Amino acid sequence: MDGLVFDIAHLFAGGLVLVSFMMLYQDRLYALLNIFALHAIVLALSVGWQAYIQGAPHLYITTAIALLFKGIVIPVALHRIIQRLGIHREIETVVGIGMTMLAGIGLVALSMVVMLRVTADADRLAREDVALALSVVLLGLLMMVTRRNAVSQVVGFMSLENGLILAATGAKGMPLVVEISVAFSVLIAFIVIGIFLFRIRERFDTVDIHALDRFQGDRG
Amino acid sequence: MSALGIDALSAILLIPIGTAALLALLPGYWVTARLNVVATLATLVAALSLFFSERSAPGHYLLVDDLNIVFVALNTFVGFTTSVFSASYIAHELETGRLTPTYLRFYHAMYQILMFAMNLALTANNIGLMWVAIELATLTTVLMVGIYRTHEALEAAWKYFILGSVGIALALFGTILVYLAARPVVGEGQDAMLWTVLIDRVARFDPALLNVAFVFLLLGYGTKVGLVPLHAWLPDAHAEGPTPISAVLSGLLLNVALYAILRFKMLLAANTRAIAPGPLMVALGLISVVFAAFMLYRRRDIKRMFAYSSIEHMGIIAFAFGMGGPLANFAGLLHMTMHSLTKSAIFFTVGHISQVKGSQKMADINGLTETHPALGWTLVVGVFAISGLPPLGIFMSEFLVVSSTFARQPLLAITLVLGLLVAFGALLLRLNGLAFGEPTGSTAPAKASYVPMYAHLGLVLAAGLYLPPPLVAWFQHVASLLG
Repeated sequence: MDGLVFDIAHLFAGGLVLVSFMMLYQDRLYALLNIFALHAIVLALSVGWQAYIQGAPHLYITTAIALLFKGIVIPVALHRIIQRLGIHREIETVVGIGMTMLAGIGLVALSMVVMLRVTADADRLAREDVALALSVVLLGLLMMVTRRNAVSQVVGFMSLENGLILAATGAKGMPLVVEISVAFSVLIAFIVIGIFLFRIRERFDTVDIHALDRFQGDRG
Repeated sequence: MSALGIDALSAILLIPIGTAALLALLPGYWVTARLNVVATLATLVAALSLFFSERSAPGHYLLVDDLNIVFVALNTFVGFTTSVFSASYIAHELETGRLTPTYLRFYHAMYQILMFAMNLALTANNIGLMWVAIELATLTTVLMVGIYRTHEALEAAWKYFILGSVGIALALFGTILVYLAARPVVGEGQDAMLWTVLIDRVARFDPALLNVAFVFLLLGYGTKVGLVPLHAWLPDAHAEGPTPISAVLSGLLLNVALYAILRFKMLLAANTRAIAPGPLMVALGLISVVFAAFMLYRRRDIKRMFAYSSIEHMGIIAFAFGMGGPLANFAGLLHMTMHSLTKSAIFFTVGHISQVKGSQKMADINGLTETHPALGWTLVVGVFAISGLPPLGIFMSEFLVVSSTFARQPLLAITLVLGLLVAFGALLLRLNGLAFGEPTGSTAPAKASYVPMYAHLGLVLAAGLYLPPPLVAWFQHVASLLG
């Protein structure tokens, strides 16, 4: 039984890393949002499983938030925004897809090597979870640096946050922080969508960060 | 009586948060600006009373000890003087129409929430709570940096938001790793995140996990300190936001992030098998000093220039704490205090100057000692202080940092001195034009509030001439705690 418990947890956490990879090669915003919704759903499954095996009912709240808020509300809202802004064209990436994928593989290998080595004493489940969570975090970071578009940067940040939640739930019995970090991801999403995108839209006819980059450093 | 300690502690949190709610509701400039000042003054009084009241045992969430009480006092003091400056600064912004009444309400409420978040971060006993508070402080400053809603302000806010979030995410990961390291020893749940429990039992934690955690925490909170190469958000955020926010950012928020790093450094230092955290901080600090010193030369925007100077000084402070030992820690604490006071005084002055001249470009600001003698000479004193000229306080703290390093690592000390000299040259070069050049721009009299600047610079001068023995004893005690 213990083996099965571990395998299922491992499956979900590994699935999250895979979905992160899928996000890396999306070149259209709508597709990216769909994959992000999938990311959130896999996270919800993983957290739900953790809640079940740890016997920690408060984690079901995190599961519900991941499922409903990140899996449905945010993607739908972003869909709307993209529609209204008329920016459903291709995403310009800074680096080519191939290079990004290679870098992603490198980052996953790095996090495995680092985390598995230093967590030798920790229990098996937490160990794998933290290593996979670090991969998701690093892939989210990679996505943020390889995208120029504000919407996809936000998506990258939210996937990074998903990785953090995976780590926090994997650390058995971690108090308080699960709920709080979820509340904060909600807050961040609100701030980003509500204020930045609308303001940027209001002032400039683009949500492309690069178009805002007219002044770099000092203005003469 | 222990109840008094709890009261003072909750007061420094409840006053700002209560006032924030009130300020969000109240209309009008006259009332809100004064309420803002009164609230920060009350917070300062509460913070100072912490020194005299008997301390209660650390709770599950909050803690007052000899280390953070210094930070809280500095935080609330500069918060108070900045609110005084902010009142006259904001009045001018309303006249010129850069801020609308709605945004004014928002601004004041955010100012108080920021004070609350910083005080909470400083007094948190739970490392998760500390993380939340620093994230809250980041979010409020992001909103305030973007408050003018100009093209540049939005870009600066966006950049700050993205980089700040990445930093804060790395810090959370580090926090989770600390919990993982603590769990086998302390057991599951609340206790494994309590600072007081951690520091007691850290000696038996898994050192490898602690090492990785510290790297994440240093990079994460280091982004918020503005250490090179994680500093990219800092100059933009300082230059484009309202000047009171630049003052609070430089003078306070950077310190709060540094405080978080110091706490974790103490954890690692208490575990003999973990890596020594000092050299990492020394390296980042030294890179920051040298990099920022050279970057100072090419600045054209006055607030941006002083933002780079903040990077330089945070580098010096990180360097001093990284070196460790009683003398270097003492110097680091002193330098942090002096830098907060001086840099916020400079930003007060610069805020009024750029309002009077209608520009932040240094090309438009010349000959200040002729057009606006009071502001011009204050700027001269401020820049003298920040570039480390005697007899002002920063000279003394820099001298202590350098001399304590010379005794142990001459090569590092020489690099540090080189950075200091380069920065010194850049600042004086610019000051020459700003203060004594051919007068340009508006000569209209400035409606400035001079008291905060004079108070800060007066304190810096006094500290350079004479440090009262109780203060020295207190700093020495804190320095020994830092290890």
